[in-house]
Amino acid sequence: MSHDPPPEQQTPRLMPPGPLAHPLGAPLVRRDARDKATGSARYAAEHTPPGCAYAWPVPATVARGRITELDIGGALALPGVIAVLTHENAPRLASTDDPTLALLQEDRVPHRGWYIALAVAETLEVARDAADAVHVTYATDGHDVQLTADHPGLYVPERVNGDFPAVRERGDFDAAFAAAPATVDATYTVPPLHNHPMEPHAATARWSNGHLTVHDSSQGATKVREDLAALFKLGTDEITVISEHVGGGFGSKGTPRPQVVLAAMAARHTGRPVKLALPRRQLPAVVGHRAPTVQRVRIGAGRDGVITALAHESVTHTSTVTEFVEQAAVPARVMYTSPNSRTAHRVVALDVPTPSWMRAPGEAPGMYALESAVDELAALLDIDPVELRIRNDPATEPDSGRPFSSRHLADCLREGAERFGWQPRDPRPAVRRHGDLLLGTGVAAATYPVYIGATQAEAHAAADGGYRIRVNATDIGTGARTVLAQIAAAALGVPEDRVRVDIGSSDLPPAMLAGGSAGTASWGWAVHKACTALLARLRDREGPLPAEGITATEDTRLETAERSPYSRHAFGAVFAEVQADSRTGEIRVRRLLGQYAAGRILNPRTARSQFIGGLTMGLGMALTEGSSLDPAFGDFTACDLASYHVPAHADVPSVEAYWLDEEDPHLNPMGSKGIGEIGIVGTAAAIGNAVWHATGARLRDLPLTPDRLLPHLA
Amino acid sequence: MAGGGRPRDAGAPHPVNGRRSALTLTVNGTPHTLTLDHRTTVLDVLREHLGLTGAKKGCDHGQCGACTVLVDGRRANSCLLLAVAHDGRQLTTIEGLADGERLHPLQEAFVEHDALQCGYCTPGQICSAVGVLTEAADGHPSHVTPDTAGSGAPVALTADEIRERMSGNLCRCGAYPRIVDAVEAVAGTAAAGVAGA
Repeated sequence: MSHDPPPEQQTPRLMPPGPLAHPLGAPLVRRDARDKATGSARYAAEHTPPGCAYAWPVPATVARGRITELDIGGALALPGVIAVLTHENAPRLASTDDPTLALLQEDRVPHRGWYIALAVAETLEVARDAADAVHVTYATDGHDVQLTADHPGLYVPERVNGDFPAVRERGDFDAAFAAAPATVDATYTVPPLHNHPMEPHAATARWSNGHLTVHDSSQGATKVREDLAALFKLGTDEITVISEHVGGGFGSKGTPRPQVVLAAMAARHTGRPVKLALPRRQLPAVVGHRAPTVQRVRIGAGRDGVITALAHESVTHTSTVTEFVEQAAVPARVMYTSPNSRTAHRVVALDVPTPSWMRAPGEAPGMYALESAVDELAALLDIDPVELRIRNDPATEPDSGRPFSSRHLADCLREGAERFGWQPRDPRPAVRRHGDLLLGTGVAAATYPVYIGATQAEAHAAADGGYRIRVNATDIGTGARTVLAQIAAAALGVPEDRVRVDIGSSDLPPAMLAGGSAGTASWGWAVHKACTALLARLRDREGPLPAEGITATEDTRLETAERSPYSRHAFGAVFAEVQADSRTGEIRVRRLLGQYAAGRILNPRTARSQFIGGLTMGLGMALTEGSSLDPAFGDFTACDLASYHVPAHADVPSVEAYWLDEEDPHLNPMGSKGIGEIGIVGTAAAIGNAVWHATGARLRDLPLTPDRLLPHLA
Repeated sequence: MAGGGRPRDAGAPHPVNGRRSALTLTVNGTPHTLTLDHRTTVLDVLREHLGLTGAKKGCDHGQCGACTVLVDGRRANSCLLLAVAHDGRQLTTIEGLADGERLHPLQEAFVEHDALQCGYCTPGQICSAVGVLTEAADGHPSHVTPDTAGSGAPVALTADEIRERMSGNLCRCGAYPRIVDAVEAVAGTAAAGVAGA
């Protein structure tokens, strides 16, 4: 084991010593920590305007069909019921590019759980009772919710999520694979996964003199406002969306979800403020999920382990409502030397809830498959899996030929291995026994692209010497308030505590959503630019500031529209030690360590929390998390937190995250890459590879539950 | 626990009709007499009737722990408690832990250790940890308490004990390692205080 100091003590290398430390890279306590620890931070359902009514949604109980009769009489007769909205009486919505928001507009039921009515009442208890009292008759059609690798409805989409081409070919994969001395051909499956942020999706809406104000649990109030404006045919200046504190999202609050549209409709219909918090059990059907994937990976390599042929082909589902294609084969275009390559996606539209973003869409499931296959190759060739990856570290991005702006995967592998105590390692599987426990270690690589979105920010210097930043960033738990204050303070050359940061409202300058690990880079760039402009104006001035202060507003539309000549990605290496109980088949993670290279780390305290959080969600993906679709009824079988098992305290003994000090001048003025998602990438593969090392069983279907391991244990 | 802590002179909840009753809940030391729907949970009383939104609704089914409060000093999932069954009880919520501006040591530790991210599970984690400290001091064993521990003797809160006892409080952001650090720091200080006394 290495004895390097923890990251908080390492990162000062980035900062000059002395009392006025450069605030970028300082481990500041997050600004909203106290509010969150005292319960005073208010979330979307925690605003109760006078006269507020409560809403409860009614989900469809068939997987496909039409509503033939909707009896709301019994519901309306309950004391305290104000209204029941259905497709027959709800406000008409304009169509938008997101058909999942066309709620209560027609009688069609595209999947089980689709909302068909909304009860509104004086109290929560009555609203729930009224929702139960709505009687619906359906004409059902046959449904199909089962994804199979040979489904006749599979087709090749034009693009996959992230706007990547669905298929890429280089060289001659088939010939190279056939000629390769060593080959791996394996298929891996990832089940549907649910985001399940701790705060269920909620919105409180009120109309006042034609102006719509909503508190929404969202990762980006700018986009929510745009979509509400389109749906209700309003100007964006007639809508205010506030997302001050958000109880996690992990992608499921990235764009508007039903709660905000339903709350706004109900408030308009009843003339009352309306609060709607979606019940936990209903979330999987209406807020998006990670689509299941069946991924075949074929690798051909020389005896030296250098890859000559690589194919990654992914099959997935989408809904009949809209097309979303999980881009699981995309990371194989980035990772390894592969002169002959095929990466391809096919999708089938089933009668299932609409999939969407879940933390590291594409990378999380794709790197599970790819990194498992690379481990299989290492075992086949008896090459250390760390060494094998280093031998296949390409000089340029294989798919595009573009140079990397920075790529320190090999350094992460080496440094991570040293910290973890990877060596000495006996590569043989199933030879480490500790009582009834079989022990093993595994490694996998991680990657996540650099995304950045146009943002506007305002920097204001007040006459009293204080500064204020205004930008519609969202803090979903990342520490956005804190890191933006650090960026502003660094740009202005003032102490961080002189900078006030206003975020979380669409009345602020419009911004990129908190997604794609792009928040800090996108908002920070605009904040940096506004502060730089403000500083220039302050320097040009003579005499005291006017009473109203000075304001500079800048946006990054031009900068972010430019396509970088570089391939830009964060990289990392994940190491896992597991134990498998030879009697019960239970697998537990003993240690998890991530080593990352993600540009400059702007706040080590909050950054480490994000990395650890991603690793922990990856642990859940590996061992406990999994849903499936019931073929008979068409709904998810694991809807709540008693059936869908997210990791709990006792599942997470030791999780550590470290990073290299990576200088990359091709990113943004801060030199930062995103860190919110890379932690989940590769983690399930590292754990699965460790399970093979512990037991000799190569499990290829997540999650690695005891029933799957037990048959392999003698 | 039944009836524990109930004032001697407290009456049964007073039915207003078949659906509602008048009852008194003492929350953070302040008595509140309310007429409530029999279906109303303690969690919804706190959040919707008293404006105390620190206790969170994560699942409403006792599966996530975000609604954890202290009832007569013991932790409980307030979403599973019907208010009508708690007439006369003493409730402590996250809003009642600090002494004015001075945070509870656990609140202080959560802030210092960055034992939170989105913050939604945080009040429940902290209230649960307050309960853990009391339970361990009172000698309540857990699944991981060694068989050799004396019956009823205070249990030392190792990291394993904390992880086991806090497992009813889910955190999707994955702040677990730092939550354990925070609780361990406070438990260690408390133990040192006892030892030094």
